[in-house]
Amino acid sequence: MTPVTTPSTPPHQQAERGMGADAAEGPPSGAEQALQAAFDAAVAADERIEPRDWMPEAYRASLVRQIAQHAHSEIIGMQPEANWITRAPSLRRKAILMAKVQDEAGHGLYLYGAAETLGAGRDELLDKLHTGRQKYSSIFNYPTLTWADVGAIGWLVDGAAITNQVPLCRCSYGPYARAMVRICKEESFHQRQGYELLLALSRGTEAQRAMAQDAVNRWWWPSLMMFGPPDDESPHSARSMAWKIKRHSNDELRQRFVDICVPQAEALGLTLPDPDLRWNEERGHWDFGAIDWQEFRDVLKGNGPCNEQRLSQRRRAHENGAWVREAAAAHAAKQAARRAAAQPPGQPSGQAARPTETARS
Amino acid sequence: MSADWPLWEVFVRSRRGLSHTHAGSLHAPDAQMALRNARDLFTRRSEGVSLWVVPAAEITASSPDEKDPFFAPAADKPYRHPTFYEVPEGVRNL
Amino acid sequence: MSTHPAGHPVGALATLPLGDDALVLSHRLGEWAGHAPVLEEEVALANIALDLLGQARALYAGLADVLGSEDEIAYLREEREFRNCQLVEQPNGDFAHTIVRQLFFSAYQLPLYDRLSPSLPLAAKAVRETAYHRDHAEQWTLRLGDGTEESHTRTQRAADALWRFTGELFQPVEGLDVPWQELEAEWTADVRDVFDRAGLTVPETPRHGAWSAGAGRQGLHTEPFGRMLAEMQHLHRSHPGATW
Repeated sequence: MTPVTTPSTPPHQQAERGMGADAAEGPPSGAEQALQAAFDAAVAADERIEPRDWMPEAYRASLVRQIAQHAHSEIIGMQPEANWITRAPSLRRKAILMAKVQDEAGHGLYLYGAAETLGAGRDELLDKLHTGRQKYSSIFNYPTLTWADVGAIGWLVDGAAITNQVPLCRCSYGPYARAMVRICKEESFHQRQGYELLLALSRGTEAQRAMAQDAVNRWWWPSLMMFGPPDDESPHSARSMAWKIKRHSNDELRQRFVDICVPQAEALGLTLPDPDLRWNEERGHWDFGAIDWQEFRDVLKGNGPCNEQRLSQRRRAHENGAWVREAAAAHAAKQAARRAAAQPPGQPSGQAARPTETARS
Repeated sequence: MSADWPLWEVFVRSRRGLSHTHAGSLHAPDAQMALRNARDLFTRRSEGVSLWVVPAAEITASSPDEKDPFFAPAADKPYRHPTFYEVPEGVRNL
Repeated sequence: MSTHPAGHPVGALATLPLGDDALVLSHRLGEWAGHAPVLEEEVALANIALDLLGQARALYAGLADVLGSEDEIAYLREEREFRNCQLVEQPNGDFAHTIVRQLFFSAYQLPLYDRLSPSLPLAAKAVRETAYHRDHAEQWTLRLGDGTEESHTRTQRAADALWRFTGELFQPVEGLDVPWQELEAEWTADVRDVFDRAGLTVPETPRHGAWSAGAGRQGLHTEPFGRMLAEMQHLHRSHPGATW
């Protein structure tokens, strides 16, 4: 039997807000230096930082930025695939695709929940997304032009995402790491379904095969860009790695992804659109051609094929939903008032205090 | 806006015989909807047989600043743990 | 492929309307993906859509000997061969419209499947799913009916618009041994109860369109359905014989 386990305390989000901010005021005091030392020691010892622990303000800000961008990517990422739900060519594929797009909404929710433990509310983050002050992964600014794009997204885009995300399951921030464990577990079906979809096309008719090759041609390079700029141009990387928010560099992960994909493409019977792709015996890795970083920066700046479309659909869904969210909140307030009015004065409000049926089961 | 939808903490009992474990959080306008949203979000792959939802604002948590006074005293009482005691070789079922 | 192969007992096709109902409503709900009013509802609507799609596939599987594979049934029939009720093919409209459509349909499907469960293997599982769909629709109807003036107006408008598609639900389906009048009474009481609690008015307008040609169960549909099928079937039909 293991003698002592620390009980995991449920985060009390409201109380978390601003703890780091207070500490960041003024010159570092002796107490703060001690806190910083304790934080550094915890990170160095591979312990998890939990919501109510003291943390440097820059660590908090960096996490909020990364988790928010990740959450935004999940929900914007629903769009290119949802584009094919109504046209999926078999009922089996339709069910798979609906379940996958649903998972992405779920992953967005897990991640917004993780950001919330840092005091960043979902409304605030959505507002930043809608007004362009926070980004989402640029890959979703590319269009899904054929059914094969659904497969290419699963295989390449989700594959790149998984390569990025598996190390995040060991991220130093507890709630983010836990969300990632859940996400990675669910994500594994996403990549497989994409690969299987492409395999069916590749083994199908001439037209289906061409569709699959065309999709891989269009998605390969943007997928490599998903790992971010090269290490020597990545502004946040070094610090994130020191904090163990990030565990591997962009280039390291990109190389890992290429090495994984080459044999998979071969098994698919499809070609990766890179004439410079060749095995380097010395390095023990696949060499690959130069990435068009100008395209990456252009898409990032908003000039991708779908930037405007994706953001405006997101804004529209949010705006069109406002009356629904208001109605539910209004009903809850009315119900609370009705309960209070029905309650004899001086009595505690019974509803909350009484365990619900579910709580007793 | 969902700003008016409070945050709920969700606890899932993954199967009978186990206790409810914190799974994450979500927004909902009221407890009934929180339960339903939790069912949809946290048990889509049959991860649970029972759910609790608790308004996040209702949770009182120990402060990390109090970590030492709260939890340190427990650390010096090894006699609370069975491994503290020596058992002669060959004695079973103890 | 024909829906009425000579010499086959009609009863064998009795579950086709149920399968079509489930497929068509699932498709409509799938159109919400990426457009829902709040993220939690993305997950909820997709759950319902997936349950319904599962029901459709199970029902189609039971018709394989007569009509062919599930994909032949879904993708290669013409509009007039579909036997779904017109209610489920109605476009999503706003969220209130989708919720009221769901309430009307689930309040019908639940007692129907309940009665069919001794004879239809799928029904027992479907009853559990449908009970959840009905509950989801009820919860939202209560909130929208009571919430704000705008939500109330939108929900009442949806109820008024969809009411004329509800009579068809209780037209006997050939081969299904169901006490239709009893079902209708139960449905009406259920919907009335939810509406009363939501502060909504049960419409008093006719529950049938004034057209003697029939309705969905006879293969006669509304205009939006043709466009829905065109979108749904296009890719599959563009590659005859392909596997996906």
